[in-house]
Amino acid sequence: MALLEIKNLVKAFGGLKAVNDVTFHVDEGEIFGLIGPNGSGKTTTFNCINNYYPITSGDVVFKGKSIKGLKTHKVCHLGIGRTFQVVKPLARMTVLENVTASAFCRVNAIGEAQEEALKVLEFTNLIGEKDKLAKSLPIGGRKRLEIARALATKPELILLDETAAGLNPGELDEAIDLIKKMRDSGITILIIEHIMKVIMTISDRIHAINFGQTIASGTPEEVANNPAVIEAYLGVE
Amino acid sequence: MMKKNLTLIILGIVCLVFPLVVRSDYYQHLAIIAFIWVVVGSSWNLLAGYTGQVSFGHAIFFGIGAYTAGIFATKLGISAWWGMMFGGIVAMLIGLFVGWVCFRLRGPYFALGTLAGGEVFRLIATNWESLTDGMVGILIIQSFRSKLPYYYIALLLAFACVYAIHLIMKSKWGYYFVSIRENQDAAESLGINTLLYKNVSLLVSSFFTGMAGAFYMNYMAFIDPEVVFSLHYISIMAILVGIVGGVGTIMGPAVGAFIMVGVQETFRSSFFGLAPGWISQGHAMAFGLLVVFVIMFLANGVVGDWSKIKRYVFRIKPSSVS
Amino acid sequence: MDVLIQTLVAGVLIGGIYCLIGIGMSLIMGVMGIINLAHGQLMMVAMYITFVLSSYMHVDPYFSLIVAMPALFLLGCFLQKYLLNPLMKVDSILPENQVLMTVGIGMVIAEICRFIFTSDYKTVKTSYGGEAFFIGNISFNVPMCIAFIFAVVITLILFWFLAKTDTGRSIRATAQDKEAATLMGVNSTRITIITFGLGSALVASAGSLLIPIFYLFPDIGGPFTLKAFVICILGGLGSTAGAIFGGLTLGLAESLGATYIGMGYKEMVGFVIFIIALVFLPGGLVGIKRLIKS
Repeated sequence: MALLEIKNLVKAFGGLKAVNDVTFHVDEGEIFGLIGPNGSGKTTTFNCINNYYPITSGDVVFKGKSIKGLKTHKVCHLGIGRTFQVVKPLARMTVLENVTASAFCRVNAIGEAQEEALKVLEFTNLIGEKDKLAKSLPIGGRKRLEIARALATKPELILLDETAAGLNPGELDEAIDLIKKMRDSGITILIIEHIMKVIMTISDRIHAINFGQTIASGTPEEVANNPAVIEAYLGVE
Repeated sequence: MMKKNLTLIILGIVCLVFPLVVRSDYYQHLAIIAFIWVVVGSSWNLLAGYTGQVSFGHAIFFGIGAYTAGIFATKLGISAWWGMMFGGIVAMLIGLFVGWVCFRLRGPYFALGTLAGGEVFRLIATNWESLTDGMVGILIIQSFRSKLPYYYIALLLAFACVYAIHLIMKSKWGYYFVSIRENQDAAESLGINTLLYKNVSLLVSSFFTGMAGAFYMNYMAFIDPEVVFSLHYISIMAILVGIVGGVGTIMGPAVGAFIMVGVQETFRSSFFGLAPGWISQGHAMAFGLLVVFVIMFLANGVVGDWSKIKRYVFRIKPSSVS
Repeated sequence: MDVLIQTLVAGVLIGGIYCLIGIGMSLIMGVMGIINLAHGQLMMVAMYITFVLSSYMHVDPYFSLIVAMPALFLLGCFLQKYLLNPLMKVDSILPENQVLMTVGIGMVIAEICRFIFTSDYKTVKTSYGGEAFFIGNISFNVPMCIAFIFAVVITLILFWFLAKTDTGRSIRATAQDKEAATLMGVNSTRITIITFGLGSALVASAGSLLIPIFYLFPDIGGPFTLKAFVICILGGLGSTAGAIFGGLTLGLAESLGATYIGMGYKEMVGFVIFIIALVFLPGGLVGIKRLIKS
């Protein structure tokens, strides 16, 4: 049984179908990539998974149970964490406070929550910045903070939305390492990415969409050589 | 740390002995009013400063608290002090209703909704004469002749409120409130039930404000809808107390309460009798000007902008160091 | 039946003038996202100007428009430029600063007027004040009809201005997307100043037109600010066309309320509609349209 199943997902805004009958599944322990040009419906798909947008039709099944219509915070409690493409730091709180707040998802006492938070900060290499205000971090730090926060909620599945965008090559390698570390610690990863280097090197399987519809699915090599995918990204000759 | 604790201890002692040293009824009265505003301002700050839900209608809870106490006395024949206990509880229940209506509104529309709510309750209190005696208001007999008991009750209430908020902000609730303020969407995705916690914040806020209102009824022995449900002198005043003192700080509203009561009284009494009488007519205008001034220059309050104030004050002082 | 028609007529006539109040606020809200809680006080200033012109120089209220509108335009520009625009740069925890600022401004304006004119109720009488003409059994109050016609004319001029002139189009552009407009060369600072001035001028016209039928005193601002909000919310915040719908609806609701429920609760009608609309129609008329489409 797959960890996450997206079945015939449709999300319409008025007359426009941002996601149009998309189906895929993510198996436990894998890194699953979701790619597509800008505006193809990737982030909208994420937003449907944790009910940030209500689903128009279709289903989202997590660990065998439908989570369609479940309130966002409950989706988090079930074990799905997410980051946002446009990062949403809790700006006037420190890095440690940001992650402690997330840790309260699983524990109630402040001491335990801080302990958890410190562990996550070590894991994501943010421990040096723990007392800095979130708004003072550069973009690389903010992206790592997004991930750290999601990790503190002890997810089984984490949705990463363009965590590598805007990073320089050094930061990019660090990001890839972090993602691999996360997978090795037992977390399943569903990742949206633009940067081919990232997604091709780390994904086990990839699903490509354009204009809200599936255009290819399979291993990175299969998808990279698929004419429809090439056309979507580079255009027709 | 030690310095801060020492300051608080000294402050506590000053508050405790104040009415024994300063025996004037007039100044004791001002202190009592200031303590009431410490409670209302801190409560408002919990909801607005810490949780980011800026209420323009705290008069709702103050008035409900006041009227609960008053109605207990006039309609049920029970002492208004019981009303003080129930004032907070009734205000909380009303708070639930207000939250149900208003929390679906974001940002400035929440502010508008609460503002309208305050006015609606004022109109209800004015028109539902069988319950509230309308514009006539409610008059009860004061329990104590001396101000001393009232002073210590007000001090206790203020202390309890500020301390409770202090404890809350250091707990899970506190983290959740600020997360909601900073970014509601992120908070939701991190497993925070934002609707629930907004309501929790509102309940605590409305409880203490209601108790303050009920205390006001007991102390002043007279209330009417225009006074306790006043948009400008309760709701906006609560906001100013919070802002002048420092939004999102524990001691800010307490500082703000004393400043605001002080400034208001200075104008109302024409600078304590030192200035021509017509100044007192201008106290409403002074209030308005104060709002404008504070928003423009001291948006983070005395506590919040303390470093800014120090710089400005030191800059304009003539240099006496050679 | 006649009573009903009479009530409807009265409602439409006053509703037409209410539109001017609503459109002004709607523009300000649409362009700057500012909730102007001083709107009613600005209208009051215009009313006092009209009162002064009427009492001392015997100028007919409808002609005071020529003075009141530009005066309030300038006042509005001044307020936006010196008190409201600077706020956009202040970084504070509470985003509702500008709402509060307008509260402060409103209070100061009201108190200044109280200082000058005292709290006494003032009235402005016109020679044709009580006159009415009849169509069948329905009476049409003359001053109201004249005011209504003025309101329609002003509204039409406004729509022409917004649609056809450069400044007007810049205003609409800024309302839709400030950043995009700035990138296309619109000076958004200048536009915000002009818009606030324009909104003030519009509410000033409503003031001059309404003073023959309302008592004037310094606390009159509050209820009118509320009316402006109800209108905006009914019509969809930021929608000028919606404000027309909102104005007429409010006028009719008040009229019906006064006739069939009683004068005492007239004030409440506004609030109740406000809260209901706020809760169920956060998008106003525009929201309903969208709801129907989807």
